[in-house]
Amino acid sequence: MAMRANLPLSAEALPDVAGPPLPPSPATPRVPWRRTPEGRTLLLGVGMFAPAVLYIFALIGVPFVLAFVYAFSDVKVGSVGYHWVGLENFRSILESPSFRKALANSFIFTIVSQILVIVGSTILAFPLRDKFRGRGLVRFLILLPWVAPISLGAIGWKWILDSLYSVINWVLVAMHLFKPYSAPMWLGEPTLAMASVILVQTWRLLPFSTVIILAGLTAIPKEIPEAAEVDGAGFWRKLFQIDLPMMLPIINVAVLFGIIFTFTDMTVVYVLTAGGPYDSTQVLPSLAFFTGVLGGDLSQGAAISLFLVPILVAVTYFMLRMAHKSEVV
Amino acid sequence: MQGGAARTVRYTIARWIVVGIFSVLLAFPFYWMLITTFKQTADLYTLENNPFIFNMPPTLDHLRLLFGQTRYLVWVGNTALVGVIVVGITLLLALPAAYALTRLTGKWGENMGIGIFLTYLVPPTLLFIPLSRVVALLGLQDTIWSVVLVYPSFTIPFSIWLLMGFFKSIPRELEDAAMVDGLTRLGAFVKLVVPISISGILTVVIFTFTLVTQEFVYALTFISTESSQMLSVGVPTFLVRGDVYYWGSLMAACLIASVPIAILYNLFLDRFIAGFTVGAIK
Repeated sequence: MAMRANLPLSAEALPDVAGPPLPPSPATPRVPWRRTPEGRTLLLGVGMFAPAVLYIFALIGVPFVLAFVYAFSDVKVGSVGYHWVGLENFRSILESPSFRKALANSFIFTIVSQILVIVGSTILAFPLRDKFRGRGLVRFLILLPWVAPISLGAIGWKWILDSLYSVINWVLVAMHLFKPYSAPMWLGEPTLAMASVILVQTWRLLPFSTVIILAGLTAIPKEIPEAAEVDGAGFWRKLFQIDLPMMLPIINVAVLFGIIFTFTDMTVVYVLTAGGPYDSTQVLPSLAFFTGVLGGDLSQGAAISLFLVPILVAVTYFMLRMAHKSEVV
Repeated sequence: MQGGAARTVRYTIARWIVVGIFSVLLAFPFYWMLITTFKQTADLYTLENNPFIFNMPPTLDHLRLLFGQTRYLVWVGNTALVGVIVVGITLLLALPAAYALTRLTGKWGENMGIGIFLTYLVPPTLLFIPLSRVVALLGLQDTIWSVVLVYPSFTIPFSIWLLMGFFKSIPRELEDAAMVDGLTRLGAFVKLVVPISISGILTVVIFTFTLVTQEFVYALTFISTESSQMLSVGVPTFLVRGDVYYWGSLMAACLIASVPIAILYNLFLDRFIAGFTVGAIK
């Protein structure tokens, strides 16, 4: 994340870096570098991207720093002044059972849903690779959860998982697996509620991951799997020794984005359970929201959301490493 | 040949089983929104009825309630207005920036492009607390201008990234020729590069607009009055009265907002995905 903080600095530092090139030839009179064609192009370039960079800096860079500043203070909604309190906020949230629960839940929520997403989307990407009749319609249906606004999709699930009128329960009762009125309370019982939010998050991200993997799959040259087939490799051997290893880089991309989109999001949890029952589905972002925004305790809320930063840093690191690798190849 | 044909048939069957199961699982909630929208309330709340079919004649009551007695259309209007303004701001800032970073600043611009893309990963849930104070200080709380201000902070980075990929595919010689013919660099950008980049610009427009309609966390944080809501927050919070869920109208609201956005997004999805996979596929 240091990367982002550095952006505007490097923009200002640029003239110094690029400043003293082109040793002026003795024959021509000395021209300031900004009058040279190269200098002009560069100045125009800086002028053209500076507004965008400043906007991003003001609305991402500044609040990012402020999140740290708040986390070490006692800022509340409506309070004036700034009092440094050191690690006090961190000490108090680490002692809070809600926070520990949310921290653990965030990892369970992310890890389980991402495993399901990756397995599901890899299975789904293979048949979608070939052209067949009805593929366009199938693609549209499969993509719906990703392209429709998630808060609205989650409301749909809230109705499907309703305590009394759940269609799932109707089916379970019709199959005589449960007696009427004793079917599971999907969002009212801690373990089932967690399973529900995980499944809805999986539902939401599976299409995204599928199209990314599909893009990677289409890029694998067809000759290699065909050659393997000629050599007598069976389906499973071909899958595990050729297809999956070749897909690994693209699966990594899908996983990294999936982790970010899951670990830092609270929409599904907020709409379905609002963290309940009894904090059993509370995750870090939703806890930060309830504490900092609804509760007005800005400093504690900021301290909670800072626990997202290590994950962001790790994902960014792996992304940069992959970007670097692909340039070398 | 015989074995080959049998294998093809087997493969086709296996494909339809996999594709069929996933399509049903993924699209089911939307089918459920559709059938709920047109069912009579008594039909919805009778446990003995088979929920998959209409046990009583379909009705338009839920749609009447949604359009006649709620602020749904106001929220649609708010969302459309915010969408249009944010698209404008995004294009105004991202187009020149993307061009500068691909053409004018060399290798260094490429790295900066990656840096800008990474800011897209900084989530709203990390920034919403400080930003809520900034929004309050500026007096924008409970107005749509709060999200108009904040949304470009995530639409610009991704748009720059998409446009950079697009500008790279335009041959340099085109601009060089125009500049030999007397256009300045800026003139070449405005009169030549922008017009031939229409499809890239359209991608950014659709992408930005759909992101605006999907965003939830910032809208929930900054806006609490009913009449200034965005669709994504208004529907799940204000269509519920007390503890009473008007499921028919709720599902209608979700369906009507989702389908057009889904169709638009679907048309441009491949380019959007290309933005995520740049580098990993070569």
